[in-house]
Amino acid sequence: MNKILFFAELQENVGKESIEIEAAGQSIKQLKEYIEQEYNLSKVHQSMTAINEEFAPNDETIKEHDTIAFIPPVSGG
Amino acid sequence: MSRHYCITEEPISIEKTVSLVTRPEAGAVNTFIGTVREITQGKRTLYLEYQAYKSMAEKKLMEIGEEISEKWPEAETAIIHRTGRLEIEDIAVVIAVSTPHRADSYEASRYAIERIKEIVPIWKKEHWEDGEEWIGNQKETKAYAAGKPEEEDIS
Repeated sequence: MNKILFFAELQENVGKESIEIEAAGQSIKQLKEYIEQEYNLSKVHQSMTAINEEFAPNDETIKEHDTIAFIPPVSGG
Repeated sequence: MSRHYCITEEPISIEKTVSLVTRPEAGAVNTFIGTVREITQGKRTLYLEYQAYKSMAEKKLMEIGEEISEKWPEAETAIIHRTGRLEIEDIAVVIAVSTPHRADSYEASRYAIERIKEIVPIWKKEHWEDGEEWIGNQKETKAYAAGKPEEEDIS
């Protein structure tokens, strides 16, 4: 299983901080497409993605137990 | 996680942050203090709400500290960022950089705040009298994992 984390606007749109799904073997891009359809969340495509707390490109393949976080444009400081 | 790079829900002590980097070798300590502004582009903010992906954010703050050490080898850095509800004038972030000579401390401090706005997963939500919104992309740039936009990012 994989834990998927949502933050900021994405979290409010999904209505949850996280979900658990089986995403191993998929690319980040494929996962984004799934999330877009499942939650009507086109904004997921404007997000960066982190796998296990490190930024990852869209073509990276998700492994079993990886934690995926969608990172909308940041606004700290 | 190191005391030098923290995300906290508590008010930030400027003095404690500075004391993390003071040392005999330093002749300068530069502090940057980011506070909650009331008026942004003519609009009155009532309060802000900061959210962080805490574990990753602390790692990224530490990474900024490491980048600073590469660019300014004699610098020592501490960065504390607050989350939760913040009122106008509250302190959101304190950066302290100590260096042997003053020029480096100014430059490294500026570098730290610019990098925070690129790579650290922290978000702020502005609350106004007539609404609220998560703010993103303040630098009008995105921080791309690969250092440049991917094809998917452009489309």
